[in-house]
Amino acid sequence: MNTSGQTSGRNLPLWRQLLLQIVCLAILASVMFPIMYIVTLSFSSKTTRPSQLELIPKEISFVAYQQVLDRPTANPITFPELLKNSFLLSAGVGVVALLIAVSAAYAFSRFKFKLREVLMVLVFIPLLMPAVGLSTPLYLLMNQIQVKECKDKSIAIQPFMTCEDGKGKLKFNLRDSLWGVGIAMTASALPFAVWNLKGYLDTIPKELEEAAAIDGADANQTFWQIVIPLAMPQLAVTFFLGFIGHWQEFVLTWLFLSQPEDYTLAMTLYNMTGQYANSVPWNRFAAMAVIVALPVAVVYIALQKQIVGGITSGAVKG
Amino acid sequence: MAIAKSKRKTNKSQLLPYLYLLPAFLVMGVITFYPLIYQVIVSFTNFETKHLLLGLKSPELEFVGFKNYIDIFTAALPVENFNFFRVLEFNFWWALSNVILHVPAGVLIATILNTEGLWLKRIYRALYILPVVVPPLVVAVVWTNIFDERYGAMNQLLAIIGGWFGNTDPVFIRWFEDVKPPIPGFLPGAPLTLAYYAMMIANFWLGWPFMSVVATGALQSIPKDLYEAAEIDGATGIQQFWNITVPLLRPAMIPAAVYGFTLSFNLFNFVFFMTGGGPARSTELLVTFAYNLVRNLRWYGVAAAFAVIIFAVALVVFLITNRITRATQNYQEG
Repeated sequence: MNTSGQTSGRNLPLWRQLLLQIVCLAILASVMFPIMYIVTLSFSSKTTRPSQLELIPKEISFVAYQQVLDRPTANPITFPELLKNSFLLSAGVGVVALLIAVSAAYAFSRFKFKLREVLMVLVFIPLLMPAVGLSTPLYLLMNQIQVKECKDKSIAIQPFMTCEDGKGKLKFNLRDSLWGVGIAMTASALPFAVWNLKGYLDTIPKELEEAAAIDGADANQTFWQIVIPLAMPQLAVTFFLGFIGHWQEFVLTWLFLSQPEDYTLAMTLYNMTGQYANSVPWNRFAAMAVIVALPVAVVYIALQKQIVGGITSGAVKG
Repeated sequence: MAIAKSKRKTNKSQLLPYLYLLPAFLVMGVITFYPLIYQVIVSFTNFETKHLLLGLKSPELEFVGFKNYIDIFTAALPVENFNFFRVLEFNFWWALSNVILHVPAGVLIATILNTEGLWLKRIYRALYILPVVVPPLVVAVVWTNIFDERYGAMNQLLAIIGGWFGNTDPVFIRWFEDVKPPIPGFLPGAPLTLAYYAMMIANFWLGWPFMSVVATGALQSIPKDLYEAAEIDGATGIQQFWNITVPLLRPAMIPAAVYGFTLSFNLFNFVFFMTGGGPARSTELLVTFAYNLVRNLRWYGVAAAFAVIIFAVALVVFLITNRITRATQNYQEG
């Protein structure tokens, strides 16, 4: 076997071709095995857990998909609403994190200043810090911000105002809303975006900016007119990576949200496992899993080169 | 006049980086640093569920000094099978052993796929990436099923293989319940149960494709002339691999390995769903235990102390990995 990675232009001998094909097919089988398992399950009309292993669908039934789309949970929330919540949350967090991160990444990549090292460590540490570690204070912090309707129909925004009698009807609780969860998710999305963008900015040659400086552009003009346009592809990738991460998030959402109308797709999927798993039809869980995974899978495959480039360039220079 | 102007300009340009950092630090101040400081304060108290309403203003909240930390370090928490240093050791070993397997496998498979003239190359490359895109929750559920004692594919597969060697008994390996380590003494101080091996297998499936994509990118940027020259000098394929491919892949693979390490180190979703840290907390990671403290036990004071400890561990890991990636940079330059 030639393991050098490149054969220098000559044809591959047939026996070697066949040998490598067998190896590749074996790897393919191991890769596809769990995926086919869940796909097959999703096309089944049986609701029980399969007692035998099936990897190729014997029947193609869309019953499970239909049921999931019709009535995804026991709560009165429709599939389009779940989709909307998931989309708004992931896209919102992705965009906000990106907007805040890009200027910080620029500062770390292009300027030399006193506190640079210290500030960079401060920004990057939350990357290694699990979101669970900060969830309690964030929960308490946001739980304080509530909008209440008082007896005299006036509106009080806590903690800045309170109703005269100290009570009031709860209208809005930041913690128990998609806004609050979004803010909590931004805490982990932001450092990742800075890291990812900084790595990419490091790879953009400085000559362009130096040329712009000679032409009289100041740092701000360079940033907006040269750096941002050049970083566009990476901005898209960073946004997408944030989007996937939050599209699949269920720990924070589950910790913060209590109203069924705020539920997301990932929460619904999570709800189908764990302690209620035995009451959940397996084909529906599988169908939901495919629905949650599919959009992400398609975009990931389309963008894989840029995504991987982004992650590794982000790490090259600390 | 001119001098004064240029001096003002330098002052302004010294401030500029801080202005660019301002939005990020304002936001992080509220949603990252404030919670962190809050956690530090809470970690010195006996904060429980009843204090949730008033927070730090609760009148009965008591400062207990370093009690929470001492309880964690001396395994004095009334939690079964909890030993901080064992969990810490396991956590590091888990992350390390994953990376040690994923990187070489990724490089090897990328190398195979890079063979010139290989049929169906593009299809393999596209399909091999699929594990990365499946939500971790789904991955965990599928693999939990594969390792199911009665119906799981793994036991069925082992039974078939056993059949070739004349063993006709059905295989009932209790992957997630067995507390006896199959290889005693493999990792001194933190026994590795079967659940660990099951998780390693599942996470291998999840982990190598990413490394393989990174390696593919790097392989394609190695100039072909190098191999041609080596061939003229009479180097064999294996020699070319060790003397050209491996050194030139290093700058790309080290950051990827670091990324993989930090990802595995905090692989909450996957571990939480596959084993829940069990059996007997033998596969507990720092993160899963932190989640347990908050979500199930509701000891917020202890959980805060634990979060602070995780933060300290993360800082050490960050400083070490940062060193390693810097080393790559020097390698590239030199």
